[in-house]
Amino acid sequence: MYPRNAIRAATALSLLTATAAFAETITIATVNNGDMIRMQGLTEDFTAKTGHEVEWVTLEENVLRQRVTTDISAKGGQFDIMTIGMYETPIWSANGWLVALDDLPADYDVDDILPAMRGGLSLDGTLYAAPFYGESSMIMYRTDLMEQAGLEMPDAPSWDFVADAARKMTDKDNEIYGICLRGKAGWGENMAFLTAAANSFGARWFDEDWTPQFDSEPWATTLNFYLDLMNDAGPPGASNNGFNENLSLFQQGKCGMWIDATVAASFVTNPDDSTVADKVGFALAPDAGLGKRGNWLWAWALAIPAGTQKEAAAKEFINWATSKEYLELVAEKEGWANVPPGTRSSLYENPSYQDVPFAKMTLESILTADPNNPTVDPVPYVGVQFAAIPEFAGIASQVGQEFSAALAGQQTAEEALAKAQALTADEMEAAGY
Amino acid sequence: MATQHSRSAARIMMAPAVILLLGWMLVPLTMTLYFSFKKYLPLRGGDLGWVGFDNYARFLSSSAFWPSVQATLVIVGGVLLITVIFGVLLALLLNQPMWGQGIVRILVIAPFFVMPTVSALVWKNMFMDPVNGLFAHLWKVFGAEPVSWLSEASLQSIILIVSWQWLPFATLILLTAIQSLDREQLEAAEMDGAPPLSRFGYITLPHLSRAITVVVLIQTIFLLSIFAEIFVTTQGSFGTRTLTYLIYQRVLESQNVGLGSAGGVYAIILANIVAVFLMRIVGKNLDA
Repeated sequence: MYPRNAIRAATALSLLTATAAFAETITIATVNNGDMIRMQGLTEDFTAKTGHEVEWVTLEENVLRQRVTTDISAKGGQFDIMTIGMYETPIWSANGWLVALDDLPADYDVDDILPAMRGGLSLDGTLYAAPFYGESSMIMYRTDLMEQAGLEMPDAPSWDFVADAARKMTDKDNEIYGICLRGKAGWGENMAFLTAAANSFGARWFDEDWTPQFDSEPWATTLNFYLDLMNDAGPPGASNNGFNENLSLFQQGKCGMWIDATVAASFVTNPDDSTVADKVGFALAPDAGLGKRGNWLWAWALAIPAGTQKEAAAKEFINWATSKEYLELVAEKEGWANVPPGTRSSLYENPSYQDVPFAKMTLESILTADPNNPTVDPVPYVGVQFAAIPEFAGIASQVGQEFSAALAGQQTAEEALAKAQALTADEMEAAGY
Repeated sequence: MATQHSRSAARIMMAPAVILLLGWMLVPLTMTLYFSFKKYLPLRGGDLGWVGFDNYARFLSSSAFWPSVQATLVIVGGVLLITVIFGVLLALLLNQPMWGQGIVRILVIAPFFVMPTVSALVWKNMFMDPVNGLFAHLWKVFGAEPVSWLSEASLQSIILIVSWQWLPFATLILLTAIQSLDREQLEAAEMDGAPPLSRFGYITLPHLSRAITVVVLIQTIFLLSIFAEIFVTTQGSFGTRTLTYLIYQRVLESQNVGLGSAGGVYAIILANIVAVFLMRIVGKNLDA
């Protein structure tokens, strides 16, 4: 009885404009990132406009991934909207698990979404998830420490410059570490950074026959470079540091440089949370002179699982949360520096946004990442810091553990790479490649 | 004296509970067995047919299998050792009449009420963090290089965290056992001139043997499946991947339900081996 009413209501809703007469309660699974927390705080605006109530399920990134993946593959139907990323969207939409977002209203202006973001969230030209914020990665550095070291950070530095600067900035007695990089095991943690960095050294996950490439020279170069740099200039216990741990180290003024998500820029420059808010500079992720930079491309996006009873209300929410109006709403309440970045061209054309110190660098980083040609040599997969195949998350988590153990000094780079090669080859064979 | 009649009445009355418990166990167990013989990949279209013992062979031949069994046993053994030894000592201490006994007892029991995830996070960030942690500051005060606990001594750190959680349980059980000890026996021994250590060794410890058996058995059941502490701290790196964690990785990270289910069956077998082993060694105490 009730579901039938809900379908009726939903149909009516899609015919009418939003009225409070058919108020629904939608359940949304999302990540505990700053921008999503902010969105939750603004839910009242959505409820006031449409009458729909929202129930939030907020989880840590890894946990969220497993919850939504389990829910969607088992057709659990717990959520009406899921926050998913560029990795899941192509795989899930190919399985027919997501509702196509091809009927968003005209004033939503789909063409305003940056091509890199739209491409990464579409299948055969149809959008299946609307980007809430987009990110790449870049260098955040301490201008005062850079000056003390007698160096000047170029806009587009090389890895050698970064390594040299990191070693010069390091002052372990005073808990100043030249560079903080991710070391915590996980395909979305250390492997995101290392895969993106490996791209700039010319390494790739698989060659065009899907043969794993960890036994190749570029991977050895990448991993050895990373381990040497972290041992000389990284914080102690770096093998347990992920995004959040490094963020707090940087905010406490303990890192000279940090190469990580562009969205972190607003957290490190926010005087309420950061002790070094006025001393942060930005630069593009480093390169090794091979024509690719070590920056990734990622979007957190909102998608509707196929089979939800509340599709119309869910679409209204997506329309609200990823619209131009939402950006203005956040700007009005929290300031332009805090709007979700990286999704719409119009935001970067907006004069008020151009005053934000990291806006230009974020956009440039996003524009230089190419999911279809992520590294120097051609690859059979799509994705900059991941390969968009279902097996990738499982494989990369295990590879991440080997690399993390190498950073903890429990094995050499060569041992870690040999194990990574063996387990990747094994998993790929089992998957039928 | 139970008559034939009253015994069958008792059986009928117990039936609902027994059936419910059996169903509770049998349904997941049957599903695990069912999936373990299937190639079931949710992200690749779900059920891809029967594969016989393929999953079992693959799980066993994986390079991660034996290290994970070893890590599991090391954690179980380490935690049992620490909780039993310190549990006995704490129980002896709490049994002494002292000022503020009630408050002290509550404080000792407190860790048991903290959720594993929360306590692991607190340990990781407040105590063991090599830059901001309490231990790191302590080490620095004495001029030593802070230890990155979770990567350099990962297994030991996890044993420490889990022991801290289970110590109250052991202490409670052992304390109640000590309180039931006959004071007169101890007094008689004291009058005969037995030194404190002998009194402990010949009277208190034998009296505690049953309680220790209960602690060991119950804790083993729970410790074989610890997960949250590992998930929150090391994500299974640095040799802390237990069998439970490996199964979780296979099912949820690799999205291979068949392979993980085969691992689950192995875990059941391992748990039974450990249980039989324990029953042989310590189970004798329960017969008395």
